[in-house]
Amino acid sequence: MSIAQAVKMALKNIYTNKLRSLLTMLGIIIGVAAVIALVSIGNGATTKVTDQVKSLGSNLINVNIQGRGVQRSISYDQAMSYKNIKEVKYVSPILSANTNVSSENITKKVSIDGINDEYQKIREYDVDYGRFILPIDVDYRQKVAVLGSNIVYELFGSSNPIGNYIKINGSSYKVVGVLAEKEASMMENINDKIIIPISSAQRQFKSAGVNAIYIQATSEHTVEAAKEKIEKKLLKYFKNDDDSFRLFNQQDMLKTMGTITTTLTMALGGIAGISLVVGGIGIMNIMLVSVTERTREIGIRKAIGAKKRDILIQFLIESVVLSTIGGIIGVGVGLLMAKGASSVLDLQFVVSLNTILLSVGFSWFVGVIFGLYPANKAAKMNPIDALRYE
Amino acid sequence: MTQNIIEINDVSKIYHLGGEVVKALDGISLNVEKGEFVAIIGPSGSGKSTLMNIIGCLDVPTKGEYALDGKSIKDYNDNGLAKVRNEKIGFIFQQFNLLSRLTALENVELPLVYQGIEAKERRQIAMDCLKRVGLENRYTHYPNQLSGGQQQRVAIARALASRPSILLADEPTGALDSKTGKEVIEMIKEINREGQTVILITHDLKVAQSARRQIVLADGKIVEQGGEV
Ligand SMILES: Nc1ncnc2c1ncn2[C@@H]1O[C@H](COP(=O)(O)OP(=O)(O)OP(=O)(O)O)[C@@H](O)[C@H]1O
Ligand SMILES: [Mg+2]
Repeated sequence: MSIAQAVKMALKNIYTNKLRSLLTMLGIIIGVAAVIALVSIGNGATTKVTDQVKSLGSNLINVNIQGRGVQRSISYDQAMSYKNIKEVKYVSPILSANTNVSSENITKKVSIDGINDEYQKIREYDVDYGRFILPIDVDYRQKVAVLGSNIVYELFGSSNPIGNYIKINGSSYKVVGVLAEKEASMMENINDKIIIPISSAQRQFKSAGVNAIYIQATSEHTVEAAKEKIEKKLLKYFKNDDDSFRLFNQQDMLKTMGTITTTLTMALGGIAGISLVVGGIGIMNIMLVSVTERTREIGIRKAIGAKKRDILIQFLIESVVLSTIGGIIGVGVGLLMAKGASSVLDLQFVVSLNTILLSVGFSWFVGVIFGLYPANKAAKMNPIDALRYE
Repeated sequence: MTQNIIEINDVSKIYHLGGEVVKALDGISLNVEKGEFVAIIGPSGSGKSTLMNIIGCLDVPTKGEYALDGKSIKDYNDNGLAKVRNEKIGFIFQQFNLLSRLTALENVELPLVYQGIEAKERRQIAMDCLKRVGLENRYTHYPNQLSGGQQQRVAIARALASRPSILLADEPTGALDSKTGKEVIEMIKEINREGQTVILITHDLKVAQSARRQIVLADGKIVEQGGEV
C-alpha cells in the first residue's frame, strides 16, 4: 500500500471522527500555539528593548559616578577633559536631582538634569519650540530651562510656555524651549524631565561634581578604544578604586539585555514545549483506544492480505496526520494570539519562520514517537484473534 | 490433467487451554483439485473453521504438511503468508466482515490496494466483480445501507477481486434468511461453474449434497468423504 493511499485513508478516518480527532489534536494545538505565541512575544520584547537601548543614541559610552573612597566625585572640567581623547566626539557630564518645581498653576516634584549643549547631539533630541541649552548658557550659569513634552503640559497646560518662568527650589528659571516627544524607554522618560545648564545645576544643588557622563565615540569602530582610554583615566583619577564608577557602552547593554531576553524566550518556549509532549501523550492515548476499537477491522485487513507493515503504516500515518494537522492549526492560533498580545503589549509582531518550522516539525515528530507504540500493537495482532474480537 | 491446488497431509492443530489439550484437528489428510467444489460439514466444534483457517493461511498447523499451489506454507514467513492470503485466497465469512467505513466499491478494492494496484485499474476490476454479483448500481453504498444478502454479495465480490486460487466460505449463509441464503449459494455455485475452486463450510445437508464432494468432520478427524472423489 502506498503512503499516499494511507494518508488518504487516515484523512477519511479523521474526518469521520471529527469531534474525537479535534479533541485528540487539542493538546498539540495548545502546545504549538503556546510555543509560537510565547516565542513571538519574547522576540517582540527583545526587539523593543534593543530599539530602546539604541534610541539612547549611537556609539554611546555611559559613565555613572558612584563617588566612594578618597576621591568622591569628578568635576565638570575633569569630565570635559575626556573630549581630548582622539576617539571621543562629544562629552556631556550630567548632574541630576529630583526637586520641587512650580509654575503659576501647580507645584510638582520633577527630575532635573543639568547638562551642556553636547547632550542634545549625543541623545538626538529635537526641540519642538524655542531652543536647546547653548554653550553660553553653561558658561554664564544662565537660569534657563528646557522642558519635556509631558511636564510642559502639566506646568502650563496648553498655553505657550516660552518666555514664562518656572521656580526650581524657589529660584526662577526662564523657559526657553520644549523638547519634541520621544518614546519613553525602561531606563528613562525624557518627556517628564526638565533640563537646565549644568553650571546652574551645580550652584542650585550645591554640588561641584557630576553624577554621570554621556560620551559619544567618533564611530562604532572607536567605541571600544574610547572606552578603554576613559576607563584608564577614571581609574587613575579614582586611585584604582573601580567601585567608584560604572562604565558601560551600548553594546554591553545590548548584550546583557539580549541574554536576559533570549533566556526568557527559551524558558517560555521550553514550558510550551512540555505541553507539546503532553499533547503527544494525548494522541497516544486515543490511538490506543482506536486500535482496540478497530481490532476487528485489523483482523479483516490482515485476512485479505495486509502485511504487518501495512497496518503499522496505516496507524502511524494516522497519528502523524493528526499531530501535523494539530500543529498547523496550532501555528494559526499561535500567530493570532501573538498578534493580539503584541498589539495589547505594544510590541512589534515578530514572526519567526524557524519557530514555525520547528514546532510543526516537532509535532510531526511527536506524532511519530507517540504513534509508534499503538501502531506496533495493531500490526502485531494475530489475524484470527483479531477477527474473533467482538 | 488434474492438478492439486491443496495438498494436506496428516495435519493436526493442537490448542493448550490451561492444563487441557484440545485437538481441534487430528491427523487430517486432504487433496483438492483445481475447479472442485468441496463442502465441509460436521457438528459444532468438530474443527471445520480451524481447517478453513489453515487452508486460508490465517493459521499454521501444529503438525503435518500443507502445500498450496505446490508450495509448502512452511516456506513462507509472516509477510509471505499475508501475500498468499492476498493473492491466492478469497475469504467469505459468516459475518460478512465488510469495513463499515468504506463503500461497497472501496471494500471490494481493498485486496487490490494491498497489492499496490493503481487506483484506476483497481476501480475497474472492483466494478467488474460487483457486476458479477449484480451490485454494480450499489457501489457507493456503505455496508449499513445494504441488506444482509447484498452485504454478503459484496463480500463475495471482494473475495473474487484478486482472482484467488481458492474461494473459502465459512458458513456464508449462517447470518441470512433461507431465501437470500439460497441465492448466495446459487451465486457461489455459478462462480464454481466458471472454473473457480470453492471450499464451503455449511450446516445445510442439501447444500452440501449439491456440491460435487462432501467431507464430514467429527472431533477433528475426517470421518467420511462422499461424492466423486
Ligand atoms: N484459539 C483456540 N483456543 C483453544 N481452543 C480452540 C481455539 N480455536 C478453536 N478451538 C477449539 O477447537 C475446536 C474446533 O473449533 P472450530 O471453530 O474449528 O469448530 P467448528 O467446526 O468451526 O464449529 P462451528 O460449527 O461451531 O463453527 C473447538 O473445540 C474449539 O473449542
Ligand atoms: Mg466454525
